[in-house]
Amino acid sequence: MVNLTIDGRRVSVPEGTTILAAARKAGLRIPTLCYLKDINEIGACRMCVVEVEGQDHLVASCNAPAVEGIVVHTNTERIRSARRLTVEMILSRHRTNCTSCVRSGNCTLQSLARDMNVLDLPFEQKPVSHQWDDTYPLIRDASKCINCMRCVAVCDKVQDMRVWDVTGTGTRTGVAVRDRLDLMDAGCTFCGQCVTHCPVGALRARDDTMRVFEALADPDKICVVQVAPAVRTAWAEDFDLPREQATVGRMVAVLKAIGFDYVFDTDFSADLTIMEEGSEFIERMTHHDEYKWPMFTSCCPGWVRYAKIRHPELLDNLSTAKSPQQMFGAVAKTYFAQKAGVDPEKIVCVSVMPCMAKKYECAVDEVNDAGAGRDVDFALTTRELARMVKVCQIEPMTAGEAEFDSPLGEGSGAGAIFGATGGVMEAALRSAHYLITGKNPDPDAFSDVRGLDGWKERTFRIGDITVHTAVASGLANASRLIEAIRKGEVRYDFVEIMACPSGCAGGGGQPIHEGKELGGERGQVLYRLDREAELRFSHENASVQRVYEEYLEHPLSNEAHRLLHTDLKAWKL
Amino acid sequence: MSRLSITTPDKSQAIVDSLYANMERRIDVAPQGNCPVELTDAFLRMCLAQSCGKCVPCRIGLSQLSELMGKIMEGEGTERDLVILNKAAQAIVDTADCAIGWEAARTVLDCLKGFRDDFETHLKTGRCMSSFKAVPCVTFCPAHVDIPGYIALVREGRYADAVRLIREDNPFPSVCGLICEHPCENHCRRNIIDASVNIRGLKRAAVEKAGHVPAPKCAPPTGKTVAVIGGGPTGLTAAYYLALMGHSVTVYERRKKFGGMLRYGIPRYRLPEKFLDEDINVILSTGITAYTNVEIGKDIDFNEIHQKFDAVYLAIGAHSYKTLGIPGEDAENVMSAVQLLGAMGDNEPVDMTGKHVVVVGGGNVAMDACRTAVRLGAASVRCVYRRRKQDMTALPNEITGAIAEGVELVTLMAPVRIETDEAGAVKALVVKPQIPGVYRGGRPAPKNADAPEEELSCDIVIVAIGQAIEFGHFAECGINTSRFGTLQADTSGAVAGSDGVYAGGDCASGPATVIKAIEAGKTAAANIDEYFGLHGEIDFNIDVPIAPGNFRDACGRCNMTDRPAAERIHDFDLIENSMSDEQARQECSRCLRCDHFGYGSFRGGRKTAW
Repeated sequence: MVNLTIDGRRVSVPEGTTILAAARKAGLRIPTLCYLKDINEIGACRMCVVEVEGQDHLVASCNAPAVEGIVVHTNTERIRSARRLTVEMILSRHRTNCTSCVRSGNCTLQSLARDMNVLDLPFEQKPVSHQWDDTYPLIRDASKCINCMRCVAVCDKVQDMRVWDVTGTGTRTGVAVRDRLDLMDAGCTFCGQCVTHCPVGALRARDDTMRVFEALADPDKICVVQVAPAVRTAWAEDFDLPREQATVGRMVAVLKAIGFDYVFDTDFSADLTIMEEGSEFIERMTHHDEYKWPMFTSCCPGWVRYAKIRHPELLDNLSTAKSPQQMFGAVAKTYFAQKAGVDPEKIVCVSVMPCMAKKYECAVDEVNDAGAGRDVDFALTTRELARMVKVCQIEPMTAGEAEFDSPLGEGSGAGAIFGATGGVMEAALRSAHYLITGKNPDPDAFSDVRGLDGWKERTFRIGDITVHTAVASGLANASRLIEAIRKGEVRYDFVEIMACPSGCAGGGGQPIHEGKELGGERGQVLYRLDREAELRFSHENASVQRVYEEYLEHPLSNEAHRLLHTDLKAWKL
Repeated sequence: MSRLSITTPDKSQAIVDSLYANMERRIDVAPQGNCPVELTDAFLRMCLAQSCGKCVPCRIGLSQLSELMGKIMEGEGTERDLVILNKAAQAIVDTADCAIGWEAARTVLDCLKGFRDDFETHLKTGRCMSSFKAVPCVTFCPAHVDIPGYIALVREGRYADAVRLIREDNPFPSVCGLICEHPCENHCRRNIIDASVNIRGLKRAAVEKAGHVPAPKCAPPTGKTVAVIGGGPTGLTAAYYLALMGHSVTVYERRKKFGGMLRYGIPRYRLPEKFLDEDINVILSTGITAYTNVEIGKDIDFNEIHQKFDAVYLAIGAHSYKTLGIPGEDAENVMSAVQLLGAMGDNEPVDMTGKHVVVVGGGNVAMDACRTAVRLGAASVRCVYRRRKQDMTALPNEITGAIAEGVELVTLMAPVRIETDEAGAVKALVVKPQIPGVYRGGRPAPKNADAPEEELSCDIVIVAIGQAIEFGHFAECGINTSRFGTLQADTSGAVAGSDGVYAGGDCASGPATVIKAIEAGKTAAANIDEYFGLHGEIDFNIDVPIAPGNFRDACGRCNMTDRPAAERIHDFDLIENSMSDEQARQECSRCLRCDHFGYGSFRGGRKTAW
């Protein structure tokens, strides 16, 4: 332990702690901007400067170690003045159109400027700008970029994709797509982690809400919305609503208030995914030599893009089952249309996802099999849902509660946990146990795969079969796992990979909170929903069983193959 | 009013002077990877600030060039702008009245030519392709040794770890602690404040304070075999890393002992045997099979080796020498420096007691020959060079050291012939006076002066004008050679057309420094491993202490000191004194930790494995 004094308070912290962490431990506020704990501690923005007695210059506290005996001051005129001028310098290169910025009210620079009492700017504002194609799922506005480098660090260290790079030197240094490439050629997975870690409005997901509002206003259209598991954990974070009050029923009521004709649940199609993917796993296990091993999940489009970009040789290992989003779309425009007696061409299928890559996935030509335009017309992020709620001026607190519509609104607890890392694996194992042994396991028999570790491995015995499983979240962890498989250091049968750390709960489409990683906390909401659910096995979902009885016959049937499976190799990037 | 007055520097002039001095230091540091267009423009604007403003081309032209470059950097430039930039710069060169103008424009022209690709990238993409190199010393060390890392370890007294960390990239810490040319120091960011950290001195301190540090364990055997031909610095470096990666390595050395030019080129007073042997013993302790007195082409045929081993590294060095090609060169007592220093390596000194010695050449080898002759008892040693002292390629320290030991420099004299006596022994070197002429290749080319030949009477002539490579047998066996008289290897070390054969060090690059030889050995080891389809990693797992603070006060550099000349000329013992603990501590604290501060904490920091 080292002992230091900060603003007169005695603080004792373990060796290697930064001054910033020590100050925060002591309950002192130090502003940060470029800082991302463990990911971007580079002292670039200089907002976190403090005075250390005996040093003649201000010290960036985010990456300076707390040393025994030092005396630190965080609130002197020299510091206040330096911080204010630093914010003013940053603002001189930032296009401050705050009133029409997606991050207004949730912008770290905006709050810093307010905190530092910046009332006018001594410098001329000269933001730089670069061309960008606004149809991409990921949109970058260079004129707002403050070069904090967080996107570079997240893409490098958390996702191992190195899409962003620093180009140029000197005053023209700026973040850009690596090697002067267009984003589409740079191997971006559209995971959106750079977006959720951008402190300002320089990076955002494409906004599709206006097009959805247009569809809602069209009397000839039937608007169907599906809500992904992880969305229910975070949809109300932008509102003054405690987690306990942000119930699923309230979310459904809000979606109905927005004007959707049918509010359905992606948990339903997650159960359907388990039926197909679980059956596929057993088919592969029983015809072991005909397949490549291990089998990987395929429900995360960020991971699918990663595999296509980085490891095309692995595509045969990925399950051919579509993601729950796409299974839902395919079923909605065939089975549901038939059942409801409507022309599938009139259905507008909207999804609300914790994800940015879903915008890419639903636009892949090769994934549309229902024959009525896109199976999923618009994929919205959780953030877009919150914005729609605001546009409609709906007050979630007073919106009441409502039930999902039938027949695509029934989902099991197994479907719900898809939104947490390890959830797909756990749900699949629950049903695989039933398919192999004919008996249901204890629903919590496979809860060992839960937890926030980036790379987990567990071995289970199901009947006579031993299943070696691995679960990874965050693409850098996926890279390490695949490398270990390649080197023969590990051997698995079934691997779940989610592009975003902590899984969809921490997805790139989820609400943004400076300095907080809420994936774990949101995942707990899903595990609670699972625990409280009456239905905990995908194969017991009566609505799913009915789809098979009335339309698809059985898992892996020809019709199931046509609608619910896809050739990932054929997908265009 | 006085008719004349004595000029005294005013305060603002003193500040201007210090501004120029700061600029000079900053320019010396020359960070790598900055935008060349922006640098050119910055230079131009500095030139503009020096203009008197009388003439049009300088006053208006230079600022127009700067505006055009600004436009290009902002991504708003066109092909036409580049054409105008060229034409205008040429016009300024042609029309400016004084050097302030035309020399500035000439530099811009050079940059336009040299950075053509950069200018065009700016035009096409509106962006710059440069990327800043974070840690200058590591960038400029050919072996990319983690310099801030080992300095931090020395600072904490973890000397053995410092040596281990150095060996991760360079298995010759003792040798380099004494004789590395330290290109790292030239670009040390500390130069901006005062002077570079004494990096080489700290390496020597680490080695001396650590004592014997054993080599790490080798990776499990891969079953692959590699022959290394030549036991000099590059061959042994490759052998060391290949052995650590688990390959079975055999080194063949032609001479009696290992070390190559480190033993047979560098005098003991610069590199004592115990330092050299320490590094070599640690390298060989990794289980390398090592043969001396085996000459490939005589004792074993190269083709046999090529067949027997999975890969071969040719590291035969440059152990032949160039001759003057003047009459009398075949006389008795005319020898090459390579021969003299080679004999010294085998402890077979030439007796020069009472002799008058003339050494021809101006490089480090010439200085080594001079100072060896002094120690061998020569009555006088003169160093004859056809250019000026400042044109000598020898390190300034070597030249001043030689002069202190009584060596006389005879500059601007070109050898014409060697006069002999009746017995055929050397009597004198006849030289022709020179004057420096126009610049060629960055140095003024000497030309004959309008003055008579002179006779330098002497007993021994030592020729130190360059080394050559003996590759006859290898060329016969089909190894590619270049028009520069070297073996032909690409930047990976691979010899095109000879599968599994790599070459590096002096025999491929031409005579160069020890650290360049180490770089070549390390490169070859990595690429031979890749050639085997393996990805063996060199990582000694040494944690580096976190930077304690960014202390910036200017502080004098502790230079190395030498033993007094009058004392050291009588022996071959090490000239250079060690650094004291106090000096080492202070030098360590001068390190700015560029691995942590500035770009280092972002993208630089450290590469812990290769």
